[in-house]
Amino acid sequence: MLELVFFLLAIIAVISAIGVIAIRDIFRAALCLILLFMTVAGIYLLLHADFLAIVQILIYVGAVSILIIVAIMLTRDVRQGQPLGKLRYLSIVVAVILFGIVVFGILNTAFTISGNPPIAPTVGPLGEKLFGDPGYLLTVEISAVLLLSAMLGAIAIIREK
Amino acid sequence: MFTLGLEHYLILSAVLFCIGLFGVLTQRNVIKVIMCLEIMLNAVNITLIAFSQYITPTALTGQIFALFVMVVAAAEVAVGIAIIFSIYRNRETVDIENFNILRW
Repeated sequence: MLELVFFLLAIIAVISAIGVIAIRDIFRAALCLILLFMTVAGIYLLLHADFLAIVQILIYVGAVSILIIVAIMLTRDVRQGQPLGKLRYLSIVVAVILFGIVVFGILNTAFTISGNPPIAPTVGPLGEKLFGDPGYLLTVEISAVLLLSAMLGAIAIIREK
Repeated sequence: MFTLGLEHYLILSAVLFCIGLFGVLTQRNVIKVIMCLEIMLNAVNITLIAFSQYITPTALTGQIFALFVMVVAAAEVAVGIAIIFSIYRNRETVDIENFNILRW
């Protein structure tokens, strides 16, 4: 059953990712991107990462896709996508070679699969890991500063002179 | 019927990453380039969470790193779209071939 769900999600994800780069109308490409984000959230649920699935829907489907759609709306006169760039064939070769190398590495590595059962609701343990004593509290603070500076930087860049 | 393993998630992630890489290298609309960057970041997040699930299921380190990747991705897309708007106001284009203000 899980295999069926995984393959359904994986096929939808790959098709919508191809749609993002293949569909000429950029607004429809953005809708494909939103579909991809939601299938990725489903894959997180399959991996028992419930908090991250919710965060994925909140941040990506909620915020990032809205930002991208606003950008498309404000640059509307060039909505139709242009033809691909000059590096098309070289890029296909690079992507296929990288994919071959990665798949070769995955299939030839003996991963030590842990037999422990996964933590079922991850919200509490994630919070303890993030804010606990041998935790990531400094990184949380730094990411807060990063978000603030990104927001200020975006406002400063976009402001009318 | 075979069982769902770590390799399936990793190969799915590799497929998404390579599609995103191809898009970043070939698309001429800058907004599409940012969309393909998001695909690549999502693929990396799938890898991190799959490793966290299968290798260290009780430590949750991969999920924490995926969370920080999401934070950085949100900051990146905000600044990137601000830069696109700023250049679009000056040049009236989002074609990446015309984004050569910084080039020699």
